[in-house]
Amino acid sequence: MIVQALALTLRLAMAVSFLLLLISLPLAYWLAFSRWRGKFLAEAVVSLPIVLPPTVLGFYLLVALGPASPIGRWYQALTGHGLAFTFTGLVIGSVIYSLPFSVQPMTTAFASVDRELLDASAILGASRWRTFWRIILPLSFPGVLTGFVLSFAHTLGEFGVVLMIGGNIPGATQTVSILIYDQVQALNYSVANTTALVLLALCLVLLTLLYALRRHNHWSLWEWR
Amino acid sequence: MALSGREEVTSTAALRTRILKRFGSDGPASFQVGVEFDAPPGITILFGASGAGKTTILGCIAGLQTPNAGSIHVGDISLFDSADDIDVPPNRRQVGYLFQTLALFPHMSVEQNVRYGLSSLSEKEREGRVGDVLNSFRIAELARRRPGEISGGERQRVALARTLVTRPRLLLLDEPLTALDTVTKARIVEDLRTWNQRFRIPILYVTHDRSEVFALAEQMLVLSKGRIIAQGLPQDVLHRPEMESVAQLAGFENIFDCTLAKRHTDQGTMACRIAGSQVLLELPLTRVEAEQPLRVGIRAGDILVSIVPPQGLSARNVIAGVITSLEQRDVMFIARVYCGATFEVHLTPGAVRSLPLVTGSQVWLVIKTYSCLVLQAG
Repeated sequence: MIVQALALTLRLAMAVSFLLLLISLPLAYWLAFSRWRGKFLAEAVVSLPIVLPPTVLGFYLLVALGPASPIGRWYQALTGHGLAFTFTGLVIGSVIYSLPFSVQPMTTAFASVDRELLDASAILGASRWRTFWRIILPLSFPGVLTGFVLSFAHTLGEFGVVLMIGGNIPGATQTVSILIYDQVQALNYSVANTTALVLLALCLVLLTLLYALRRHNHWSLWEWR
Repeated sequence: MALSGREEVTSTAALRTRILKRFGSDGPASFQVGVEFDAPPGITILFGASGAGKTTILGCIAGLQTPNAGSIHVGDISLFDSADDIDVPPNRRQVGYLFQTLALFPHMSVEQNVRYGLSSLSEKEREGRVGDVLNSFRIAELARRRPGEISGGERQRVALARTLVTRPRLLLLDEPLTALDTVTKARIVEDLRTWNQRFRIPILYVTHDRSEVFALAEQMLVLSKGRIIAQGLPQDVLHRPEMESVAQLAGFENIFDCTLAKRHTDQGTMACRIAGSQVLLELPLTRVEAEQPLRVGIRAGDILVSIVPPQGLSARNVIAGVITSLEQRDVMFIARVYCGATFEVHLTPGAVRSLPLVTGSQVWLVIKTYSCLVLQAG
């Protein structure tokens, strides 16, 4: 039971953090460098999941992904089953819920790269693409790593969104945090305790690794200034 | 001809620039750079106080800033032309730019920095050029180090090598030597001179240091408040400046407001009183009205110092005073002498030691009439 929930949770966290990496790199680049005046609107929307109760987010997602919505109907027509109460639905919900945890550290890291280095890169003939891969990304690696690990860890521990969208189906949508809730409801404290301990240890190890890595990867950039 | 790709540059074409760039909206806070000049192959110094618009001009030429109007050409290649809607992006301009901060990539080795601008070349050609430039700038032994692990002078050479290895059609240098000591500076100036003789391209060199002007300039432009106020050969521009702002820039350390006290038409001089003091200066006779305010510029290096009352001199100005401060800078002493007004005087360490001079010494300043430059006030 625990192993099954744990495997599902890890699979979910992996899928979500990799998807978020793909989404966040271009989004963070745009947020860091765009000169569009309405950028603050996008920043507000991206940050929304931090303050919104997960149940609110989960509720809207449930509606948006359900058979009453165009997205839900389209998906139903395409695959023959709905999005709600499936692993895919969980992934979509979690991606949206963890978006700010991934995007914000990356945006901050990109924006703090010295603009003169970007100018120097352009003058030396590099395209924006090359400047991104050769200058921006290596110099903001700690921020990108932070975004990746935080979105992973955040997905591990999420509860409200998962419960709203995924329900509690062992093997399909029952994550570790749902299992704990389930066991406590059933007054099955010893299983709840073990599961909680596993999750606690996992998150602690992850964050410890993150901060240790960050320390090693921190260039002392302008030590000559 | 519009520019396409990064083809080899061998031409020795001149830079022709016309830039109008406005900052801020209309109002007291707005600032405008409006210049038009040609820079032939060789070193052209862009001289001016900070805030005069030097870096803006370089930014526009490099494509980092967009002028509101104007055109920028190198030979028959158009980099920017507001009339024809041409604005070549910076990565296709083939312009070299040495930033004041150098902007070396901190996460790359010296060699990786130098090779960065050569990605379009074949591996073999790249190796050849990188090897050459590392040797000629004496940084081959630093190839594997990071910019943070080498000295300031070495970083300067790496940055210069990284720029020059791309064989730019035009070179922009933004106060590249400001932070360096005199010896390191001289060696890099020598590197640049040698390179300039080999590849004749227009080089715009921004500085506010007079010694760099004389060491390097073939032509100079003086910039003030976004406009070019003087241009020509350095010796012409710096030695007989017509405009006061040029004189200030050109290092007339002593500038006094004066009023005419008495004309000595028969002696070819006039006595003028330094405002707020009783000090009289004998100046070359010029046509001024009695009430017209004057400004007088005197170079600190043109003033003689005596510790006894001097006699039998041709100089018409002998002024008694006291040294109020004495500080050493590089190979020069800067003395401030109070005589009713404060004069700055530059002396060699030998002179300071042999007289000797200390703070509080009673001295006499000797100033030739023709060392005093009379400027139109206002």
